[in-house]
Amino acid sequence: MGHKNPWNQALKNAALALYALFALFPLFWMLLISFKHDREMFNTIFVFHPTLDNYRVLFSSGEYIGYFLNNVYVSVGAVLLSLVVGVPAAYALARFDFKGKENLAFTFLSFRFAPEMLIILPLFLIYQKIGLYDTPFGLIWVYQLISLPFIIWILRGYFEDISPEIEHAGRVDGYSWWRVFLKINMPLIRPGMVAAALLSFIFVWNNFTFALLLAGQDVVTSTVASLKYISSDTVHYGQMAAAVTISALPEVILALLIQKHLVRGLSMGAVKG
Amino acid sequence: MSSIGKSDQAVPFADLTDTAASAEPYRIPPIPFMRKARPYLILAPALLLTIGILIPFFISIYYSLTNYSFKYKDYSFVGLHNWVKMLTDPSFWHSLWVTAQYAVFSTGFEMLLGIGIALILNQDGWLARALRMVLIFPLMIAPVIATLIWQLMTNNSVGVIAYALRSIGIDNFIWGADPKTAMFSVVLIDVWVNTPFVIILVLAGLRSLPKAPFESAMVDGGSAWFTFKTLTLPMIKPLLLIALLFRSMVSLQEFSIIFALTRGGPGDTLMSLPLTAYNEAFTFKELGTALPYMLILWVIIYIMSYYLIRYWSRAQKNASGN
Repeated sequence: MGHKNPWNQALKNAALALYALFALFPLFWMLLISFKHDREMFNTIFVFHPTLDNYRVLFSSGEYIGYFLNNVYVSVGAVLLSLVVGVPAAYALARFDFKGKENLAFTFLSFRFAPEMLIILPLFLIYQKIGLYDTPFGLIWVYQLISLPFIIWILRGYFEDISPEIEHAGRVDGYSWWRVFLKINMPLIRPGMVAAALLSFIFVWNNFTFALLLAGQDVVTSTVASLKYISSDTVHYGQMAAAVTISALPEVILALLIQKHLVRGLSMGAVKG
Repeated sequence: MSSIGKSDQAVPFADLTDTAASAEPYRIPPIPFMRKARPYLILAPALLLTIGILIPFFISIYYSLTNYSFKYKDYSFVGLHNWVKMLTDPSFWHSLWVTAQYAVFSTGFEMLLGIGIALILNQDGWLARALRMVLIFPLMIAPVIATLIWQLMTNNSVGVIAYALRSIGIDNFIWGADPKTAMFSVVLIDVWVNTPFVIILVLAGLRSLPKAPFESAMVDGGSAWFTFKTLTLPMIKPLLLIALLFRSMVSLQEFSIIFALTRGGPGDTLMSLPLTAYNEAFTFKELGTALPYMLILWVIIYIMSYYLIRYWSRAQKNASGN
């Protein structure tokens, strides 16, 4: 660790550069060819005349915008619903001591790891019976299995970090329980809440299996729609790249915004990074 | 201080409501029943929302004992028929093997690569600092989208990797389409997407390590490997177990990468348990025969996570040096 061997250091940097190339080059290349005209797709590699044609075509049809907006609609809906029921639940699991508390908390966590296909098979049947199949709410509901564990487990950790004495002080000052919750707790956990919401948004946005099998014709999300480009054997590689770029861009930006909370979020609060 | 300090966890604010009640006699003290019920009431919406989704899970156990099919209206109880059929079917054991291979290879590579890169990133160069920020990008990309990106890159007519391989004389590498390289291809995509997860977890652990033990190890002249083995590893072990737990649970049920790349092919090369269940249910329309495949996967995941979590809490106690 201490003794600086120049060869050792060079080797480390080389390994790092190699991994960075592996991790980042695909994204860079995708962005690059999304500006490449189909005419130049087959005979150029890096040097070409950049054009916005691919994006123009993608947006002029309206089809892709529809998929994109579908995804925004169900993802935002799912995260909002999770926040409404999840924030109080996280608070209860952090503050109160009651029978079956850890079991309940673990139950919420286990949703994240239940095989998606196991949930889908019977749900497919039930959704068709009760008319939720291929509806936005059907997806929003099943997405709770993804977003709710994130919200509850991450926020539970943030609530536990707030000293009960701050709440006590609020109560002494004559605030009602609700006022303490809204005026003292909420501002304190806001950064964590934003991070948890954005992180669960990313994972809901990315979900493929639920969206593919529990919705199909009316509610096609952009993640599912991306598969169309593979299977249709299209030669419009540029549009494909543009679609991928637009689908991936929001997530990359969101990830940068919540960088500080990422470790805690991704480990569901198990690691207080 | 003393009364607030050891606040009764079971009844938060109990000490306060008492004092508040005596100071302001008009305030009605909370009813004990409500106090007990409060946490459950607060949790109720979240529970109801998810239990609604979980009822199907219990129904699925029942349906696995019937010959339910999406093709017909009627179905009947067939006992353990579907289970026996599955367990005696060689393709089930093949699926199990594929699932295990996928999970072991992808989780294994991600752990090794992730730990290695995190160790290198845990230094204060400008490169390390800049990379810490951007290396998480692949993790944020949907696995399906990642698969699409890699398909484009390896595409024979426009792909940059295909071009690079051609220029060094390899022009018959067909990735997912070849049974010999299909597993490699899907694992490669999984590794691309998920290695950053291991990196940032391990990195967080490394950066929170106390300085003192490492300084004294350096003074004593311990080799880098010795320091790593006896100090770093035991201290970040709980973190490694969390990463291992999350990665293995998700990779055991991976569906989207395999589905997007090869739909389980070529032939049945990549027919993992989720892919087989998908096929039974949505291609052959047989719900009854599809369910045992997923139920058995759920049991495997459950047992594995149970032991990993137990091991983790023991490691955490050891690491904190009780």
